Amino acid sequence: MTSNTKKTLRNVGIVIVSHSPDVARGAADMVRQMVGDAVPLAWCGGAPGGGLGTNVEAILTAIDQAWSEAGVAILVDLGGAETNSEMAVEMLPDDRRARVVICDAPVVEGAVMAGTEASAGSTLEQVRHTAEELRAR
Amino acid sequence: MDNAPMTPSATGSVRIEHEIGLHARPSVKLTQLAKSFDSKIEFAASPEGPWVDAKSIVKVMGSKTPKGTVLHFRAQGQDAAAAVQALVGLVERDFELTS
Repeated sequence: MTSNTKKTLRNVGIVIVSHSPDVARGAADMVRQMVGDAVPLAWCGGAPGGGLGTNVEAILTAIDQAWSEAGVAILVDLGGAETNSEMAVEMLPDDRRARVVICDAPVVEGAVMAGTEASAGSTLEQVRHTAEELRAR
Repeated sequence: MDNAPMTPSATGSVRIEHEIGLHARPSVKLTQLAKSFDSKIEFAASPEGPWVDAKSIVKVMGSKTPKGTVLHFRAQGQDAAAAVQALVGLVERDFELTS
């Protein structure tokens, strides 16, 4: 990463991963409408053949769509959303892997909190901390 | 909540008229605006506190401040006066939300 001057660098991106495409899309809508468009944002959800599920390929695509030099914070719902996200992160090129984190936070609330923090130009670590602060309360 | 002593360089207060109070969308707006300033900024529902960090979305939303509350702002730093003025203005304009 080069200089980290507020507002000159792109903001941290947010990826939402849910078993349900409706939940993922809805959570992304909430971030867009509440936080605005200053944050790169992508979502994925659902099995490739339809129905509930998550898959590594779609998560990789979403990370790519929301990519920012400042990094990407991923919000997940349950089980496979987390393990498949971990697998997707493992498959990233070396220079990107260190700039992607999976937040230990509820998917909808965490996405809004993370998005708000990211919109202010905060670092990836600050974004993750804010999303996870919910859990600590 | 933070009750650490502060010597504010600017203060201001305003009554929340927004129907739902300082809930989700107003909280995001207030936090985003606060974060655009360098000063330390806090608010409270009473001049005696307890004070809430206006730059923490989790704490702002967690304050669950209802409609009718008089919000007291205090800020410390170079742009404190501008920060308090902007935040009071945001609340006066009903957080620039239509619903």
